[in-house]
Amino acid sequence: MSSIPHRVPEADARHTATIGKAVKIVGQIYTKEDLNVDGDIEGTIESAESKVTIGATGRVQASVKAREVVIFGQVQGNVEATDKVDIRREAKLVGDITTARISIEDGALFKGSIDIRKPEPKTTSAAASTPTPAISTSTSSSSAPTPAAATATATPAGR
Amino acid sequence: MPLQEKFRSIFNRGNESPAPSRAQSSAPPGLPFLKAARKEVNLPRPSRGLEQFFFNIQGQVGLSILDLAGASQQNIDFLTSLGHKLYSANVIHSMEECFGLDPSGQTNPGRIEYFLRSNFDYPASTFDAVLMWDSMQFMGPALLNATVDKLAEIMRMKAYLLAFFTVNDKVQEVPSYSFRIQDNKTLLVTERGMRPTGHVFNNRSLEKLFGKFENVKFFLTKDNLREVIVRR
Repeated sequence: MSSIPHRVPEADARHTATIGKAVKIVGQIYTKEDLNVDGDIEGTIESAESKVTIGATGRVQASVKAREVVIFGQVQGNVEATDKVDIRREAKLVGDITTARISIEDGALFKGSIDIRKPEPKTTSAAASTPTPAISTSTSSSSAPTPAAATATATPAGR
Repeated sequence: MPLQEKFRSIFNRGNESPAPSRAQSSAPPGLPFLKAARKEVNLPRPSRGLEQFFFNIQGQVGLSILDLAGASQQNIDFLTSLGHKLYSANVIHSMEECFGLDPSGQTNPGRIEYFLRSNFDYPASTFDAVLMWDSMQFMGPALLNATVDKLAEIMRMKAYLLAFFTVNDKVQEVPSYSFRIQDNKTLLVTERGMRPTGHVFNNRSLEKLFGKFENVKFFLTKDNLREVIVRR
């Protein structure tokens, strides 16, 4: 279980963060922007809505969670992607993968399990989905009563 | 192009006859080894063993399947599209790392133990099905027996194993293949070069090898392969 600290800055769509070849980080990495890893990481990498790319010189001993994960280098740890995991020819991955889609090139070394989990389809209109009875919802203190509930008890007066 | 012509065109280089030549630096000296085929020749091949394998598990979803030929896009797509969870390892690559290319080097108990821990370190009764493909062909007796014992441990009762063995017991080297599942009865087969065999197999020796298993079924094919389905 993890929680993103409050102080993570807002994502800047123009930038991709990079951990250089000569950099080693031991700890937890949280990011809201795309991340390129060319160095060494031990710990965890979490980037719920962004892409994490482990470059050819990247060496990661960490669990990786992201929207999309692309691996050119070496990863020892579980990989979880809400969208896609892409394992390239020279990559080496030891760990379990949970993702909606996976692509693996011939020549890539992979040892672990693959669990494909398609995202649940979202409903297109929350208001149209379940027409609730007007009377039963009128006692609710929720901020947005449905129009049907409002007209049942608040008929315009003096008109 | 006939099959023989295709292989001849791959192995004939210049004026040389298709004699064994040294592999690249990874092979130990003194071990004649044909170079791996550079061209990928994916030949569709009907497989009765594969057909039987999928027939045995049809109608079930969420099975845990161990594919020991290394992860390939086709096998991942096919098996996960059936709703199964796939576990993958590359046993041939691991054998090379642990023991080198020559099966006669597969006798060290410590290395055998390391090999088993690297590839089969799962709780007992984890798997509903195992795809060995042709990897057992290249295991020497000590490694082979240890691997089969370990498989018996990690496979559930009534789980199925599919393995391929050469029927040609007069050669010391046989082709190594990659097998990609095209559909539930067809494989795409690509030759990966020649490798020294670890063992000579016949039906009797295979029944003895899988003595701890409930049932062994054989399918002979036209291309010198014996397809074997084993039930735990």
